[in-house]
Amino acid sequence: MNTLRLMAVFFRVSVLNETAYRVNFFVQLFQSLLELGTALAGLAVIFSYTNSLGDWSPNEMLALVGVYFLVGGVISLVIQPGMSALIDAVRDGTLDFTLTKPEDAQLLVSIQRVAIWSLLDLLMGAGVLAAALIRLGENLGARQAAGFIGMLLAGGVIVYSFWLILASLSFWLVRVENLLEIFQSMYQAGRWPVSLYPGWLRFGLTFIVPVAFATSIPAQALTGRLGGTTLLGAAGLAILMFALARLVWRLGLRHYSGASA
Amino acid sequence: MNLLEELRSLARLYGQQFRTTFATMLQYRASLLIWMIAQVLEPLVYLIVWSTVSNGSGGSVGGYTAQGFAAYYLAFMLVNQVTYTWIMWEYEYRIRQGALSFALLKPVHPIHADISENLSSKLITLPILLVVAFILALIFHPAAALTVWALLAFIPALVLAFLLRFLLEWTLAQAAFWTTRVSATNQVYFLLMLFLAGQIAPLTLFPRWIQIVADILPFRWMLGFPVELVLGRLTQAQALEGLAAQAVWLAVSLVLVRLAWRAGVRVYSAVGA
Repeated sequence: MNTLRLMAVFFRVSVLNETAYRVNFFVQLFQSLLELGTALAGLAVIFSYTNSLGDWSPNEMLALVGVYFLVGGVISLVIQPGMSALIDAVRDGTLDFTLTKPEDAQLLVSIQRVAIWSLLDLLMGAGVLAAALIRLGENLGARQAAGFIGMLLAGGVIVYSFWLILASLSFWLVRVENLLEIFQSMYQAGRWPVSLYPGWLRFGLTFIVPVAFATSIPAQALTGRLGGTTLLGAAGLAILMFALARLVWRLGLRHYSGASA
Repeated sequence: MNLLEELRSLARLYGQQFRTTFATMLQYRASLLIWMIAQVLEPLVYLIVWSTVSNGSGGSVGGYTAQGFAAYYLAFMLVNQVTYTWIMWEYEYRIRQGALSFALLKPVHPIHADISENLSSKLITLPILLVVAFILALIFHPAAALTVWALLAFIPALVLAFLLRFLLEWTLAQAAFWTTRVSATNQVYFLLMLFLAGQIAPLTLFPRWIQIVADILPFRWMLGFPVELVLGRLTQAQALEGLAAQAVWLAVSLVLVRLAWRAGVRVYSAVGA
């Protein structure tokens, strides 16, 4: 409850900050629409030549695009801004201010920045996903829905933990912004099913940079093609990654000495 | 100053710029890696997607087999690398930070420093990308019908494509003089490149009317045309037409660069100075 209350506070502050720059809303709306239009037009070109990509139908690909925008929206809404701010705070020593607050510091740094206009990506993703679900129609059972929500949560936790681990490296290394950018550019490969990729690339996008867990696997759960092992495996990995991220964060904090101290 | 002397001093400038760029790039090895991932990943993804489509529909789509797509996208990756610029981001930074003021003090047009910086950084990155392309070729087995005349015609086509893309993107970069939100204009540009330069799919896979639009606009001539040419997918007549179209657009872009630069410098107020 306390977590939710804090999130609401940070969100409200961000809204107050950003509504001063209303033009940004229209610029972001324009860019998001353009990006979504590009993704859909790309699918249209491909499906004008084929009925299925790998073994993905057009509607399933639409669902994947929806998930891609949804998760990408969450990343740019809160994960990416917070982690960038953390790296800056470690370098400048302003993390001191966060550490003196009577709340869990990991929670505070994770939700400290909210780029509210990214809600547009999130909403568009949800819209595309809803459209895909309606078109997939009767094939959708309660089991698939539960699997999808579970995998989406697991994917979110895995991506968040991955970012936190990378950002925590800034306690030891000076320049880690680059690592975050590598994730951003690899995330684009998640717009397509990872099952299309050759083994080495699929492995890299699953276990080295966990893009597959963020997009392909939730979309697969939705269309009921994931076995119980994968579902359990992803859930287990999410828990493991979260614990690992917590550990790296703690070790990092112990290594942190402040800048002015 | 006569022409010969002028050329000699430009050559000195380019030489010096190469040494500076080389030293800078060695300092930013991580940025180099990020750049590589982005340059390689995008064509690689389209290569894989289209190969899948091709294998799934009887081995060929619009005249391209899986090996044909592999050849197309590997050639695309290399041509893109040669013609690629980052000037639109660079300019936004220069104007926002007021760094352009220093360039204005120098006695040569600032575009020379930009061209030589671009070329020198590519002397370093191109060999790396050639190795990557070679490894990917071992994995994806590209196949193309190479001919001697097409390889010869490819050389001027590539040079023209580089100049054309550089000048047009430099012109577009001048938008930063008027707006601080260049990311929106850049995105429109990238969208047009994606569809009309043959990035998302070879242009012959598009409906006829899109191909006509692509023939009229400059985007195809900056990327798709040299790629199709070197892979032997064009007739000699089409190759000549293409080189002519490149030349015409190059002339237009020379005019555009001048107009945009003059108008831009007039509104520049040196933020931070």
